[in-house]
Amino acid sequence: MSVEAIGALREPARRTVYEYVAAQADPVSRNQVAEAVGIGRTLAAFHLDKLTEAGLLEASSAPRTGGPGAGRPAKVYTRSAVEHAVSLPPRDYRLLAEVLAGAVERAGVEPAAYDAARERGRKLSGGELIPALESLGYEPFIDGSRTVRLRNCPFHALAQTHPGLVCGLSQALVEGLADGARTVRLDPGPTGCCVVIDSKNKND
Amino acid sequence: MADHHLAQLNVARLRAPLDSPVLADFVALLPEVNALAESSPGYVWRLQDESGDATALRPFGADLIVNLTVWESPESLRGFVYRTAHLEPMRRRREWFVPLDQPHLVLWWIPAGHVPDLAEAADRLERLRRNGPSGEAFTLREPHPAPGALAA
Repeated sequence: MSVEAIGALREPARRTVYEYVAAQADPVSRNQVAEAVGIGRTLAAFHLDKLTEAGLLEASSAPRTGGPGAGRPAKVYTRSAVEHAVSLPPRDYRLLAEVLAGAVERAGVEPAAYDAARERGRKLSGGELIPALESLGYEPFIDGSRTVRLRNCPFHALAQTHPGLVCGLSQALVEGLADGARTVRLDPGPTGCCVVIDSKNKND
Repeated sequence: MADHHLAQLNVARLRAPLDSPVLADFVALLPEVNALAESSPGYVWRLQDESGDATALRPFGADLIVNLTVWESPESLRGFVYRTAHLEPMRRRREWFVPLDQPHLVLWWIPAGHVPDLAEAADRLERLRRNGPSGEAFTLREPHPAPGALAA
């Protein structure tokens, strides 16, 4: 399944469509996609449906805004929550991560794990923070109060099974990446990553 | 209105007495976290004494504190535990609590309106520890559907 899903991204125009939809915080319509990507509405619809079939996007009906008799509700698309991974030859790092997370919790060595994550973050630090977060898959954006929030949790599956530990690791990793210059804390919302980065420098 | 609610017990072994500096941050966070639970969607009930929490109750041992709550569903409990400021004390729990070498959290279904007590909770934790997760005693990682509900 995952090979087919990823194979569906081979076509450059379709991949552009996918990347546009994936980068949006809210579901988008065919018209929005056509306009943003610079292709016709029919072609946009074709690629959106192929991506939905492949399990990379989810389609739903937009809430009707035109009142009674406003016609069929428009289809809108958003990135699927299903994870796709392909590794050849087969590798299963998630299983390994779950086992290790269980061991950390049993041994009660979460603080050591946070230290290791912070250290790793520091090794990756040095450049601009936002591109560094992007390269790790966090999908950062700046909210109305100038706080950096993260639209994606790169460790989502493991954060579901071991939330205290994995969110703590993620926070420590980002803290290391910010190299102590910013306050990094947990502020979970209904979706996305629970780590946030305050805009002010720590000592301001 | 659902026929069943979800009861939750968790126990934690203190690193130091509750009034010691080691536990000070935990104790300071308690009122906020309890208030957060009460305002969370799907919250039904929590065990508390006249102090407003259950930390003085030690049915399993002098250094084991308990938390007994009732929720409408696993989703509502999960929403509170993992998607609110409750996550911060979870992240820091090792500063305050010694790991247990057996399950420390158990869930079970109760008829809506029933108020669970600590003896009942202890029995469910014991079942989980003895037999592993089942419909009678389970965890958030392996939730079981409510009696009479269709299996997901």
